[in-house]
This record gives sequence, C-alpha cells and structure tokens, in this order.
Amino acid sequence: MALTLPFAEATSVGSPALNIAIFAAFVVITLTIVIRVSSGKKTAEQYYTASGAFSGRQNGIAIAGDYLSAASFLGIAGAIALTGYDGFLYSIGFLVAWLVALLLVAELMRNTGRFTMADVLSYRLRQRPVRIATAISVLTVSFFYLLAQMAGAGGLVSLLLGVTGEAAQNAVIALVGIIMIAYVLIGGMKGTTWVQIIKAVLLIAGTAVITVWVLGQYGFSFSALFQDAANNSPAGEKLFEPGLKYGVNMTTKIDFISLSMALVLGTAGLPHVLQRFYTVPTSKQARKSVEWAIWLIGGFYLLTLVVGYGAAALVGPEAINAAPGKANSAAPLLAYELGGSVMLGVISGIAFATILAVVAGLTITSSATFAHDLYKEVFKRGETTQDQEVRVARIAAIVIGAVAIAGGIFAKNQNIAFLVALAFAIAASANLPTILYSLFWKGFNTRGALFSIYGGLISSLVLIIFSPVVSGKPPLAEGGPSPSMITNTAIDFHWFPLDNPGLVSIPLAFFLGWLGSVTSKEHNARKYAEMEVRSLTGHGVASAVEH
Amino acid sequence: MSNEARTQTEDAYLELQSTSEFQALRKKFRGFVFPMTAFFLAWYFLYVLLSIFAPDFMGQRVGGDDSTITVGLLFGLGQFVTTFAITFIYARWANRELDPLADALGARLDGMKEH
Repeated sequence: MALTLPFAEATSVGSPALNIAIFAAFVVITLTIVIRVSSGKKTAEQYYTASGAFSGRQNGIAIAGDYLSAASFLGIAGAIALTGYDGFLYSIGFLVAWLVALLLVAELMRNTGRFTMADVLSYRLRQRPVRIATAISVLTVSFFYLLAQMAGAGGLVSLLLGVTGEAAQNAVIALVGIIMIAYVLIGGMKGTTWVQIIKAVLLIAGTAVITVWVLGQYGFSFSALFQDAANNSPAGEKLFEPGLKYGVNMTTKIDFISLSMALVLGTAGLPHVLQRFYTVPTSKQARKSVEWAIWLIGGFYLLTLVVGYGAAALVGPEAINAAPGKANSAAPLLAYELGGSVMLGVISGIAFATILAVVAGLTITSSATFAHDLYKEVFKRGETTQDQEVRVARIAAIVIGAVAIAGGIFAKNQNIAFLVALAFAIAASANLPTILYSLFWKGFNTRGALFSIYGGLISSLVLIIFSPVVSGKPPLAEGGPSPSMITNTAIDFHWFPLDNPGLVSIPLAFFLGWLGSVTSKEHNARKYAEMEVRSLTGHGVASAVEH
Repeated sequence: MSNEARTQTEDAYLELQSTSEFQALRKKFRGFVFPMTAFFLAWYFLYVLLSIFAPDFMGQRVGGDDSTITVGLLFGLGQFVTTFAITFIYARWANRELDPLADALGARLDGMKEH
C-alpha cells in the first residue's frame, strides 16, 4: 500500500520501478546465497565469526564492503561535487585511519581475542567491570552508526524510488530493517560476510564504470574535467582550493581538526570493523585482510574524486542542491546523466545494497556483544550452553533491528554525516585508548580502563549534547530552519563551540586511562605475560579455534 | 584444561616473556610500528593543518596560473601514495622479518608446555 501509492507524485529522475526491480534482484540473489552457504543451526563461533574460516583476501573485500557505507559512497561524492578540495580533504581521513588498524591493532587483536572486542580489553583486567564498560561503549557506537545508516536509507528513498510520502519512507526503512534481520538470523557472520563481499564488488565496479565514463567525456584529461567543474560551480576556481566548507571561520577550522582526529583514530575502534578480524584464522590473514582493505578503500576514494568532480561538471551544483537528497544525490544524478534510467537503477540498487550490508555487520557485532559479553560473561558468569548463547544473540539481533528501524524513522531528517562523525568520535574516545593501552602498556589496569572508557564515552556524549549540533545554530542564510537538531532557535543551551567532540574527548580519554592506571596498584604479571606473548607470537590461536 | 595445566602454561608464558629472544621480537616490532605511526600521523596532520591554516599556499597552482592542479591536491594524492607505500613496506617486512621469529617462539612455547 504505502509502497506503491506515492509513485504517482514521484519527483525523482529515472524509473522507480526499474530501481526497485534491480534492488529486489540484489536481495533475492544475496538471500539465496546466504541460505545456501550458511543456513542451519550454529555454534556461537559460527554465528559471531564464521569460525574464522575466511581468507585474508575475502575478509579484506568484506571489510571494504563493511566500511564503504552510504555516507562514503554518496556523502563524499556529494561533498567533492559541492566543495571540491574540502570534500577530498574529508575523504582522506577515512583512508589514512586504516594504517592504525594495520600497524597497531588488527594482528594483535586477532591473536588475543576470539569473539568480541571485550575479549581483548578484559584479557588481563577484571572481567566483569571491563566487559560491562566495553559492552556499553560498543552498543553506543554501533547505535549511532546504525542510526546514520537507517536515516540514510530514508533519505535515499525519496530520491531513488520516487517515494516522497512520510508513511512510504517509513515503510521502506522498515523493509530495509527486516531484510537485514533476515540476513543476520539466517546467515550469521558467514552469510553477512558474503553479502558484504558481493556489495563491495558491485560498489567498486559500479564506481569504476562511472569514473571511466566521466573521464571518457573529457578525453581522459583530468584538467579538462576539473576546469569544466569549476566553470559550472558558483565557487569557480575556488573549487580547487581549501576553504569552501571548513575555512569559513575559526570555529569551522578547529572543528575540522577535531573531525579529522575522530576519523583517523576512530576507525580502529569501530566494533564492527574489529569484529571482522576474528573471521580469519590467523594474524597473518588479519594482516592480509587490512592490506586488501587499504588497496580497495584507497582505490575507491580515488575513483570518488573523479565521480565528485564529474557530478559538479556534468550535473552541476544547482541541480544537486535542488534534488531531494541534496549532496547525497550527486552520484545518482551523475549516473542518470551518463547512462539514463538503467545506470541510475544500478547505482540505486548498489546504494541500497550498501546500507543493507553495513547495517547487517553492525547488528551482528552488537548482538555478539550483548549475548557474549553481557548475557554469558556478566549475567550468567560464563555458565551457559552454546545453544542458549546463540539464541540470546538471535533475539538481540531482532531487538537491535527493531531499534534500528524505529531510530531510522525518528532520525530520517537528521544530518547523516554528523551521526557518522559522532560514532567515529565516540569510538576514538571510548574504545581506542583502552585498546592501545591494553596491547602496549604494561602498567595499564582495570581502573585505567574504566576511567578511559567511561570518561571517553561520557565526555563525548555530553559535549555533543551541549554543542551547536543539538541546539543554537542560527538559521541558514539561504532560509529554512536552524540546522541544529532542535530547530527552534529560541531553545539554545549550547556552550561547547564545536560540532565534533574529538579534539577534547580523545586526549581526555587517553589522559584518564593513564591517570586511572597510575593511581591503582593492580597488576597481573602472569596475565600480562600471557597476553603479550600470545599477541606477538600468535600462540594459542589455532587451538582456540578448534573448540 | 585443568587448573594445574593452566598454571604451567602461564608460567611458560612468563618464562618466554623474559627470554632475550622474546624481548628482541618485541623491540623489533615496536621499533618498526611506532616510528611508522608517528610518521603517518605527522604527515597526515601536516596536510590537514596546512589545508586549514595555509589555504593560500595549498591553493597555489602547480605549473602556471591556468593549471587546475594545486599544491594541496598533490599533498592529498601524496597521502594515498604514502598510505599504499606503508602498507606494502610493512606487509613485506612483517612477512619476511617478523613472522619467522614469531613462529619460532610460538613453537618453542609448545615445546615448553609439554614438559
């Protein structure tokens, strides 16, 4: 009902029926694959990590599928189309961040953990308090990330499917949530991983086609493309220079530094990214995973540079700003400009596949944290059967899916880029300091971990609540309501000047981790030796996988 | 694993941790990844800070006034080059230099546990 009604009043370009057909084909094909590779009863190991049975290359592709969210694909292309240099500057933080994972985190995590991030963090500390703190932080980060993806789904709908009615958008968000829950319940980590692999291949191939197509229009001359983009833009040649987005005033400048810190240090603290390192058998395969991920993600952002300038040149900022999804519509509009309805349909299908794959990864990670860390280790003190644990994980996945649907409906008019940035900032503040301290610092202990996790989590949330993101932004010059979450400008309780808390909360969390540790005498030399030896030699990983 | 066996294993971990070979492995690993991390963070934030606080410099055209290539664009593409290069160099180094040492120590631990 709701799904078909608004097509009459479609304001979008292309053919909604074709877009839906391509998306439906993706869902049918992937669901068939998920059922074939992985249906049936599962052990906890199979459900959370596919028993570490993927190869490094497969996992690397899946990581790219997990990481290149709609915010990357649509958001960055749009940012480059509208703000040129600054959009490109924004994209680079997402890539450089992977070096933290490669050099400091991936292999050592694989060697010391088995199911969840808390396995590593609680390894040589007191289990219960650290697991509880980690679980709260994992669930918070994943919640904001999920919210961003689901809200993105709502926004995309109006453009891609021509669905403009409120009820219809909600129905599509619910549909995305339900399909995602099906992937997770049927396929567990194995099925989810295959969905991510398929999606990554489609996304990168689709973007590569658009890139070559755009360059072909300009005789493969970058200069000609850039020049045409500048001619088409109200900013003119300012498009090639820094400042259109982040250089407006001192606050936007400092804010970007804060954002770039959150991006670079947050990636290796994102729970759904860390979970992927457990899907390979050894640290060598984890290393290979990150290598592949870096090649693919880096290559993708290079393609996005061309897609962004291509959208500016061939579609034009005016048309992009007039479209329902504004900046997010740059890439789909470019696809339409190049290849008409068919190309738009393909790109729309890929955009939905992107959202599905990312939310599935987030849901499986959150449900693993809930079932393994909270239910099994904390509530039941380790006394549960595999069947019980997996059942709780499945129920958790359904609940998380329902929360994601409700949150997505509630947040569908919110600023997606901000929600993603917030998830990165919390991950960088609450997770990364504790991960690095527990892997590298002998003197780290339980009090340090709790100070750092709670300190990072609370400070980033409090700073956000009292930032201009929530209240107090003046209405935009071109008219319309305040871009703050609370659009009523009479309500203004902000005192923190920046949109992103990272600049304050990340150093604070590192400091608190140090402070907590040096004020507590706890030190478990045996466990420390065990963790350090295992993290560097990989000892015990193979035998841990067997049972 | 019984409690007794676990204690033995943990003692083996303590024992291995104190050997000079293990200390050397740790030193080798940290000696590579820490400076490399410091380098890429410094290089990335140099790019960010110059873009933010020296927009005129980063906005300069390379190769004539009608060029579309700016200094900042080259800095940005340079980030891709260094990220790919560090990935390649680290993986090759770890595969060749680190893994044999780590594997040998892991195997020695298996030997220690059996006694």
